[in-house]
Amino acid sequence: MTGDWEKLKRDPRFVWPAFIALALLLLALPFVADWALGRAWVRIAAFVLLYVMLALGLNIVVGYAGLLDLGYVAFFAVGAYFYALLASPHFGVHLPFWLLLPLGAAVACVFGVLLGAPTLRLRGDYLAIVTLGFGEIIRIFLVNLNAPVNITNGPQGVNLIDPIRLGDFSLAQAHAFLGISFPTVYNYYYLFLALTLFVIFVSMRLEHSRIGRAWVAIREDEVAAAAMGINTRNVKLLAFAMGASFGGVSGGLFAGFQGFVSPESFTIIESIMILCMVVLGGMGHIPGVILGVVLLVILPEALRYLGPLQQWLIGRVLADPADLRLLVFGLALILVMLLRPSGMWPSQVRRRELSATGNPARNGPTSVRDAGE
Amino acid sequence: MSRRPALGVILSFAFAFILAACGKEAPPPPAPKAEAPKPPPEITVKIGQASPLTGPQAHLGKDNDNGARLAIEEMNAKGLMIAGAKVKFELMSEDDQADPKTGTIVAQKMVDAKVAGVIGHLNSGTTIPASKIYNDAGIPQVSPSATNPKYTEQGYKGAFRVMANDVQQGKVLGEYAVKTGAKRIAIIDDRTAYGQGLADEFEKAAKAGGANVVGREFTSDKATDFRSILTSVKAKKPDLVFYGGMDGQAGPMAAQMKSLGIKARFLGGDGAQSAEFIKLAGPAAEGVIASSPGLPLDKMPGSKGFTEKFTSKYGPIQIYAPYAYDATMTLIEAMVKADSVVPAKYLPVLAKITRQGVTGPVAFDEKGDLRNSPITLYVVKEGKWDALETVGGEAAASAAAPAPAPDKK
Amino acid sequence: MDIFLQQLINGVVLGAIYALVALGYTMVYGILGLINFAHGEVVMIGALVALTVIQLLVGSGIALPGPAIAALGLLVAMPVCMALGYAIERVAYRPLRGAPRLAPLITAIGVSILLQNVAMIVWGRQYHSFPALLPATPHQIGGATLNDLQIFIVLLAAAVMAALLAIVHRTRLGRAMRATAQNPEVAGLMGVNINTVISITFVIGSALAAVAGVMISAYYGVAHYFMGFMLGLKAFTAAVLGGIGNIAGAMLGGLLLGVIESLGAGYIGPLTGGFLGSHYQDVFAFLVLILVLVFRPSGLLGERVAERS
Repeated sequence: MTGDWEKLKRDPRFVWPAFIALALLLLALPFVADWALGRAWVRIAAFVLLYVMLALGLNIVVGYAGLLDLGYVAFFAVGAYFYALLASPHFGVHLPFWLLLPLGAAVACVFGVLLGAPTLRLRGDYLAIVTLGFGEIIRIFLVNLNAPVNITNGPQGVNLIDPIRLGDFSLAQAHAFLGISFPTVYNYYYLFLALTLFVIFVSMRLEHSRIGRAWVAIREDEVAAAAMGINTRNVKLLAFAMGASFGGVSGGLFAGFQGFVSPESFTIIESIMILCMVVLGGMGHIPGVILGVVLLVILPEALRYLGPLQQWLIGRVLADPADLRLLVFGLALILVMLLRPSGMWPSQVRRRELSATGNPARNGPTSVRDAGE
Repeated sequence: MSRRPALGVILSFAFAFILAACGKEAPPPPAPKAEAPKPPPEITVKIGQASPLTGPQAHLGKDNDNGARLAIEEMNAKGLMIAGAKVKFELMSEDDQADPKTGTIVAQKMVDAKVAGVIGHLNSGTTIPASKIYNDAGIPQVSPSATNPKYTEQGYKGAFRVMANDVQQGKVLGEYAVKTGAKRIAIIDDRTAYGQGLADEFEKAAKAGGANVVGREFTSDKATDFRSILTSVKAKKPDLVFYGGMDGQAGPMAAQMKSLGIKARFLGGDGAQSAEFIKLAGPAAEGVIASSPGLPLDKMPGSKGFTEKFTSKYGPIQIYAPYAYDATMTLIEAMVKADSVVPAKYLPVLAKITRQGVTGPVAFDEKGDLRNSPITLYVVKEGKWDALETVGGEAAASAAAPAPAPDKK
Repeated sequence: MDIFLQQLINGVVLGAIYALVALGYTMVYGILGLINFAHGEVVMIGALVALTVIQLLVGSGIALPGPAIAALGLLVAMPVCMALGYAIERVAYRPLRGAPRLAPLITAIGVSILLQNVAMIVWGRQYHSFPALLPATPHQIGGATLNDLQIFIVLLAAAVMAALLAIVHRTRLGRAMRATAQNPEVAGLMGVNINTVISITFVIGSALAAVAGVMISAYYGVAHYFMGFMLGLKAFTAAVLGGIGNIAGAMLGGLLLGVIESLGAGYIGPLTGGFLGSHYQDVFAFLVLILVLVFRPSGLLGERVAERS
């Protein structure tokens, strides 16, 4: 089946219609979701797009370069606070969106390098714990930098952040276009969609670039990569920087979308969830990562229907859906990983690397440790 | 609308229904429900409730959920008539996981489900971003527990709370500390929006009163070990330690203070004023003082039964159930008074409502905060919270207090 | 000086608690190279199971001395946790032994979420007070307070570490463990039943988790279904600091982390002239961790681990 898929992927008679159908589907999605499930689902769709950007950023670090990062949410936080502080009454500064977004990405980028620099020598789980620490450090500063000088407004968060505005076009108002009304959430959805497509494009180009190959080389064997003349230090730093900038962009979008940021949005659990999306979907494989995001963002929301479902199936609510929701979510994480250990939709290349042929060392129990280190 | 207390209204409605099928509600707005004179049509009105039902604050979230649930069950048992239709209230309770992002999704879900009003959210961090969505949809929101002053400062017409905000409560606590002779005060907070907000306001009031803040220490809302910060506190020799945070931390903190031999008095806010605190602090709870917005639950007419009713149904009250109950009752009473479940119609009534809730008088100021709400201080005596004194609230109390007397008779 | 001594005592006791949990992490990591994210939740289950037994005993009115009741609680919690640990390994980790390295990490997170929510349903969402069963008579040493329970916790952590070291270095089982850790395949060829060895490791680690859970709850007087998460993270940090996979390292890392946090909370304020305060204690701890790892990338005692992997 996978072989057919590979063939199909290169057949223009299939690719173009499929591409157009997908584009139409994505464009029509807010209308369909709103009509069929309610506007909350348009909002959920917008969050899916936001997380796709985040997950693709983490995918560069974890999926391509093989660096386990447990503090990725820090860059999301940096982007969000950068936007929030410079476009809200907090400092009375109201910079425009088109300036803040790239600047936010750049600032996150700097943080990425700051994190990357001291961790270059670390491998595997040691790197994981340092990145985790880094994520916590950023969060702790956000929580506490309200005194002696009030920078982040501490635990109270920053409120009344300017909605995203492109010129005179404010996303926070409903617009009518060709007789169709576009509520606020739709506007954000389309903006996020455009930026997500851009991020996907960048990711794809990176994957097949010289740098992308260097990342994969480091992931597979750092020593060998260095021996082949790859400057592992710079290439690793670049991975952190690129990943961080994606996080910064989505952070800025998040702040504008929500209108309020507070440190509780950037906990370690958030980092872990983003990592789960990347791994569950298929590390290093863009469609897989997207699938992982879709599943993990939608699943907890879909599980809210456990109550009505019970009502419909057995006539009454036996178990409180609030009790079951995350339980089922945890169970789903375990089951998916057990059934598809390399992710739901792993990349072909990676699958070949992990298959039984070739390197016997990767096949035995040792590979628990060997793979990726 | 005349200022009538809740119980009076409820009782009179109950009587009205029992005696004459639908006496008082008979003159409804002519347009929609005019065709229903004999068998009153039944309408279902959804009321939203949002709080964290999973995660570390789930016990508080469930408490809010239960408080709202109890109010709705009681109101349904009464068989209220609004605009000529028999109203069945339905609680739509959603888990916002105390996460601002999930909070907005839940808010949108509530709007989609066309709830008539929302009770929640529990945390300020979810309440504020969600309030934007409710405001856009014109749905009134009454938070039973969000204390961040910013929530009502956004200029949203439908944003209310039945809980004193940090400024109101911190001030009372600070003044109380100074009044009772505290000169050297140490302050600890849990770095949450609630704890930090309360501690900051407490500090302001205490300093304004002339007390010396000798130390400011910090912990987190997930911590269990406070020995190192308490050792620092001990070194400063305070005569009073104030903690801004929840009972899950305040309890062990009081116990560890005792084991470190700190003799200072321990003072907390409403987050610490719970039965849970006494259990967690053990013998160290004795003599601890904490505040709670409103009047003492067991000393108020009409709220005597609340504790028993609630406890027999859902187990012990955590903290905010009575406030969630009051928030729900207030919302429903506004609907009854306005004779409409349409948000735009009953919102003006809600804004002007004056009623006696189980936690105290409920009346909102122009922002949506409680107007002159009293705050009661409690002390732990023989393993139970004992009302010490009630501060403030004269205006609202005097406006509301005389009214129930004639009605009660 | 008495304040410094008190902070040191606070830190050592807190560190011993981290060490108790970190030992469980490091055991599993040493054999499998796997971060058992669910370990903190096993600690939590241990505490709550023991609490239930203790409440039953106290409620039944049988007059037993406090420590005996606590011991009985532990006696029930231990087999429950051992069974749980065995089941977790069997269901969530063993099928993934040949899978990419991050796959078991995700199932571990899944198990962690699952256990939290099961505990939430079984024991409810509220905080539980853990009765004060163990004697906590305070002693004064140079102006600082130290109670029996604190002394006991430190001694217990040390004893557990010593016992684990003895098992790993002095017994047949220990030799099998070390062989499995170095190279499971060769160990298998040499007649080591690696599945059994790994299962036993999990069972021992989980038994330790039960001990840790009961001690922590008794010490702080609290148990809650969410208690395992932060504890697990801290213990994991401690294990990495000491050199993950190394038993003595877990103890050292735990103690060090405890002391760093304690002194950090106590002295960041005075050292920075009040500019930063005790809210930066975790930042301080993580900075020390990062510094240690920059100079010793495999943790303090971690050389052997680095060689092995």
